[in-house]
Amino acid sequence: MTLLASLELFDIIFYFFAFVTIVSAAVVVFSRNIVHSAFSLMFTFFGVAALYVMLNADFIAVTQVLVYVGGILVLLLFGVMLTTKVISVEMKTGTLQTLPASILVAVLAGTLCGIFWITDWLTPVARNAELPATTSSGIGRALMTTYLLPFEVASVVLLVAMLGAAMIARRERKR
Amino acid sequence: MDIIEPLVKIVFIFLITLTTVAYLVLVERRVSAFIQNRIGPNRVGPAGLLQPVADIVKLFLKEDIVPKAANKFVHSLAPLISLVVAMTTFAVIPFGNSIHLFGRDIKLMIADVNVGILYILALSSLGVYGITLSGWSSNNKYSLLGGLRSSAQMISYELSMGLSIIGVLMIAGTLRLDKIVESQAQGMWYFWRTPISFITFVIASFAETNRLPFDLPEAEPELVGGYHTEYSGMKFGLFFLAEYANMITASAIIVTLYLGGWQLPFVGHIGLPDLAVSLLQIAAFGVKVGLVLLFFIVIRWTIPRFRYDQLMNIGWKVMLPLALANILITGVALLW
Repeated sequence: MTLLASLELFDIIFYFFAFVTIVSAAVVVFSRNIVHSAFSLMFTFFGVAALYVMLNADFIAVTQVLVYVGGILVLLLFGVMLTTKVISVEMKTGTLQTLPASILVAVLAGTLCGIFWITDWLTPVARNAELPATTSSGIGRALMTTYLLPFEVASVVLLVAMLGAAMIARRERKR
Repeated sequence: MDIIEPLVKIVFIFLITLTTVAYLVLVERRVSAFIQNRIGPNRVGPAGLLQPVADIVKLFLKEDIVPKAANKFVHSLAPLISLVVAMTTFAVIPFGNSIHLFGRDIKLMIADVNVGILYILALSSLGVYGITLSGWSSNNKYSLLGGLRSSAQMISYELSMGLSIIGVLMIAGTLRLDKIVESQAQGMWYFWRTPISFITFVIASFAETNRLPFDLPEAEPELVGGYHTEYSGMKFGLFFLAEYANMITASAIIVTLYLGGWQLPFVGHIGLPDLAVSLLQIAAFGVKVGLVLLFFIVIRWTIPRFRYDQLMNIGWKVMLPLALANILITGVALLW
């Protein structure tokens, strides 16, 4: 009871969403049934969006739902459902190529942790500044000025991926 | 104290929406009867006004059948998703300016979100889950085909919907819905300022709500009932409710973005008391939404359904270029 009393409402909500995110992410990875994985991914995306809301990042939170839950996951579910129901292929996830995968994961995790420690976090508390009322104008300005090149490169990468997917789909049909 | 005000608003909007849905069904049946030279339901109560009550009682008393091969959990979850998505969109729509009651100014919207329009787009993109999941979980060919068609349709039209809004956003310079309504004062509605954006948005709304001429997901001659073929009783009722709630939400969004929201020209200058002005503005919003709803209904009973390839052609080859051209035109006009 003392532990509960010392936690503030904000913390409780934070831990709840963090818990949901992590547990559903674990289900995505460990579930043998790919449909369950896809469903579980929805909770992960929502949990992350909720964490963004708690960080006052309104624009990012809504975009997270719009792009990931409303767009990408729908397509994912589409693919999973079509392959399991229409072509009735039993899709199970398994473990293969353990060694290369663990090396890659170790490198990625190391990089993320490194960035986490190196970065000088510009939190409002650290800057002694007020939170901006709205984040969308700041993000727009940053994307159109400082980060214009990465932004455009990302869109070109997406375009290339789309063209590639269309090419593969076309070739299948000809046979 | 602060939690009571939003709660009251939520209950208020919830009740209003549910009542409107019930009577919207009646209006739809009466209007369709009028268009087809019939009389329509007029037996229950005076002029058939109690028909919705009878319908709801009937839906509740019907047997709830879940197919043996269905995925039970998802089968029950899908109608709930549809309804929740349809109802929660209303949270950010301003249905009036502000009203002075009990010694405090009450802003007439439930949640004043900075990114209101994006919130609406995000939620309406979730609506596809209810339909896809219901089609998939029913374990029925027709349901699955209906669900797949609907996902393809909603994804295609969502794009032009989002792009057509950009014209309004460029002029208004904000993502807040209340500010967008305020910028349409004195009859400067976006309906005349960005007509292309208005037209593409309305068409996309029809597609998003699965109404004729875009109701392919439930095309009766080809798909029996479409995604809700395997639903009965109140679960079917929930889909029905969601469809009409979606119509109301779509109309409210159209009114907010393009038809001036709660703005009523000249009413501020007559010298009425503040309370009367606020109430008139709420009434103006209601009347506008009602007219758009009537438009939805009349369209349904006058225009035939598109073929599937026509639907996709319109979505990708007409709507998308139009929405993009609108952004360009608006940009040029703003620079002028």
